[in-house]
Amino acid sequence: MILDVILFYGAALVALASGLFVIAQRNPINSAFSLIITMCSLAVMFAMLGSGFIAVLQVVVYAGAIMVLFLFVIMLLNAQQDAGDRAGGIGRAGIILGIILALQAVMVVWKGSASLPTRHTETAAVDVARELFSQPRYLYPFEATSILILSAMIGAIVVARKEKGK
Amino acid sequence: MDAYTSVMNAFSTAQASFVPVALAVSAFLFVIGAVGVFVRRNVITVMMCVELMLNAVNLAFIAFSRAHGTIDGQILVFFVFTVAAAEAAVGLAIVIALQRNREDLDVDSFDLMKG
Repeated sequence: MILDVILFYGAALVALASGLFVIAQRNPINSAFSLIITMCSLAVMFAMLGSGFIAVLQVVVYAGAIMVLFLFVIMLLNAQQDAGDRAGGIGRAGIILGIILALQAVMVVWKGSASLPTRHTETAAVDVARELFSQPRYLYPFEATSILILSAMIGAIVVARKEKGK
Repeated sequence: MDAYTSVMNAFSTAQASFVPVALAVSAFLFVIGAVGVFVRRNVITVMMCVELMLNAVNLAFIAFSRAHGTIDGQILVFFVFTVAAAEAAVGLAIVIALQRNREDLDVDSFDLMKG
């Protein structure tokens, strides 16, 4: 129990700190590595919240596949310099918007967390699979995602290929 | 013994508040991502901030799934994963095309649609 609490709060702190590093870094490679740390600590939080299957998927799909794609593109394009922070109105507007959003989030979590139900359960991969595949409620959306992935694949190839005569 | 009991009680209270803490972390990560989209100028960093926001939403889904004792939140996270993968693939293809045609990755320089 003590270990659970330490692990969860530690992961929460690491996630927030490395999330801040993502936007504080100039170099996109450092941002990408900070994002990988954020995702791994979020996976720890997922596991502590009783969904181990999603935690594994988070590490394999997000930190393993998507972030490697990001790092690959950063290194391919040699995009290791940022022109710096956005000067002028839109950057300042973003920070003001962020402050407003953070205040709203604090209010909502503060007021709403008292009325949360507490029916905690541990779920395994087999429960997720049963829910996903045994009822048409999620089976058809699951099949639809295969079309989404296919069209994204074709779209990525079409957009990124070199045009003839260039 | 009394100190031990109070420490253990404190820990069990902390464990009971996993869900609100997860929601707070989720909200702050979302805010960090949203600010990053506005503040950063590199296209790839902006896309990583979008991924950060998606991750924050996933954390909220998992926390509510835990609080309600249902599994639907985890299924939705599964779908968010697939959408994020598709988005990253197409987005990075667009970034490669931009670099090839414009040789620039600054979001402020892509103002063709503004008229």
